[in-house]
Amino acid sequence: MASIRFKGITKKFGEFVAVSDLNLEMNDGEFVCLLGPSGCGKTTTLRMIAGLETPTSGQLLIGDRDVTFLHPKDRKISMVFQDYALYPHMNLADNIAYPLKVRGEAEAKRHARAREVADVLKIGHLMERMPSQISGGQQQRTSLARALVYPSEVYLFDEPLSNLDAKLRLEARGFLNHLQRDIGMTAVYVTHDQAEAMALATRVAVMDAGKVVQYAPPMEVYRRPATTFVANFVGSPPMNLLPVEAMIADGALHLEADRVSVAPLPVSRAVAAALKGSSKLTLGVRPEHLSIARGGEANAITGQLFANENMGPEKLVTLERDDAARFTARIFTDEVIALEATVTLGFASEHIHLFDPAGARLPMDGEPA
Amino acid sequence: MTRYLGLYFARIGFSVATALIGVFFALPLVWFIFAPFNPRAELGLSIPDPFSLTNFEAVFQNGFAMRGLWNSLVQSVGGVILVGAGATLASYALSRSPIPGKSLITYILLLFSSVVSGSAAMVPIFLIINGIGLIDTQIAVILVFAGGLLPTAMFILRDFIDSIPKSYEESAMVAGASPVQAFFDVALPVIRPGIVVVVVWAFVSIWGSFLIPFILLRSSEKMPASVAIYSFYSEAGTPIVTLLAAYSLLYSLPVVILYLFVSWKFGFRFFGGIKA
Repeated sequence: MASIRFKGITKKFGEFVAVSDLNLEMNDGEFVCLLGPSGCGKTTTLRMIAGLETPTSGQLLIGDRDVTFLHPKDRKISMVFQDYALYPHMNLADNIAYPLKVRGEAEAKRHARAREVADVLKIGHLMERMPSQISGGQQQRTSLARALVYPSEVYLFDEPLSNLDAKLRLEARGFLNHLQRDIGMTAVYVTHDQAEAMALATRVAVMDAGKVVQYAPPMEVYRRPATTFVANFVGSPPMNLLPVEAMIADGALHLEADRVSVAPLPVSRAVAAALKGSSKLTLGVRPEHLSIARGGEANAITGQLFANENMGPEKLVTLERDDAARFTARIFTDEVIALEATVTLGFASEHIHLFDPAGARLPMDGEPA
Repeated sequence: MTRYLGLYFARIGFSVATALIGVFFALPLVWFIFAPFNPRAELGLSIPDPFSLTNFEAVFQNGFAMRGLWNSLVQSVGGVILVGAGATLASYALSRSPIPGKSLITYILLLFSSVVSGSAAMVPIFLIINGIGLIDTQIAVILVFAGGLLPTAMFILRDFIDSIPKSYEESAMVAGASPVQAFFDVALPVIRPGIVVVVVWAFVSIWGSFLIPFILLRSSEKMPASVAIYSFYSEAGTPIVTLLAAYSLLYSLPVVILYLFVSWKFGFRFFGGIKA
């Protein structure tokens, strides 16, 4: 196991900047998820750790070794590919044992080791099958077994669960979490599914347009998203965002928008600084912090009922406002909610997030910036 | 009712027409199978009576013709090895490396290949081969065929390799394989069905070709079967039908055997992509 350090790494494809001046440290034994929409540079970042792409500039270290220009085979890494990349002409035993074969291990020994790993992953009885003769979930576990069959310093995952159906994906995610607890591997995991990142990571690097926007433990990313982009990406459904007019009067922050009422808030230093040249802020509230207003709520937002979705243990109530902006509440009840055409949602002041006009989070006083 | 009757007769008419066309194409093949065993074979179709192998005896005693079959084999196998190995390596490189304008390279080569194997280039080819002193050698025939067939083979194979995900070799290299190991352990077996197609196509092309060996070779002991077949014409230029039929059957056997062998051993199919 080893740490990974990116020092000012930039990767360009022609004129297109895929990753721009990346500085990132991943500690030994950490499970880091690179999270972002497609094209944000997360896969390119992973492939640079693997050595499948070479940085245009900068330096990459695994442990104390400078691996910037090292061939993949010399990096002591394992990787699980999105399409699994199982060799179609080899049976499962040979597929899993391949990394040992290139290391010159004798056939009996490497097949015994492959069987050992396969048994842990519950595919031991399939060793004679060809990859085309097993199910998608079994293929996924085969590629995982091939990555685990020999000790590596770093384990890389390129959206390994995205080709599985929903139920298998949950099962595999739980297994990966268990595995991480079990062997404490240093892992870098690329995904566009925020739920996967939240469930697996010890730290999440949220990426957008080739840059890391926030790099923090999952609960930190959830509780204190650094930008509106992160707020809008993490959470299911994502955070509700609404532009508001802000002003400071009588030592309190007053927020105003059409058919919204917000109780005056304490003025933090960051808010005071942000309001020096502008009066526009973005108000954010997570769906799970909204409820149907019964009157008397400190804060409320009103709009036309847009959707009322029944999810089983919870309901998603969405209202639409005159400017077509939508606000979704996630209400945990298994009772049917009867709603009028006009809906008012209430929320507590402690659940308010504020962002400056550029989208950066405005921390409350006492909150780590 | 009349409408159904019309359909009924149309159906019968269609069947009769296709049957006639089928017979028209089957006749030469039936002749080709029967005539070699008929000591009195003529250009007309007749059931051998008696059924005999005397035609083959005569053919086997013709040393020039027998050596022709051997020479065909040498030239075809030699050419196939060059085309197969060359096309595999070249198209793999063209497919996987980021050379700019690599499609253009392939198309230009493809354009020239039709010139090289066509009769238009016969004079220059003769002059070049003569210039490097390879006239009347099997090597010359093999090289010219390889040069002529390579671009098309590369074109077919590159398309095939392009459709194979790079992640195969990438996963091998991440697992610790050198690029050469990754090629031989993983890429080559996956490409193999494509190579088989190219190899069979190249073999058949060289085996059946007449003009190039006819022009580049001088001495009779180096002529392939396609040229040696002319030894079954009388001096007046009329074919000796009995011997010609027997020799033709022998001449076509290797190609048939190759097809059967390949479809038994490899099958003319690609590895089904793994369902994800």
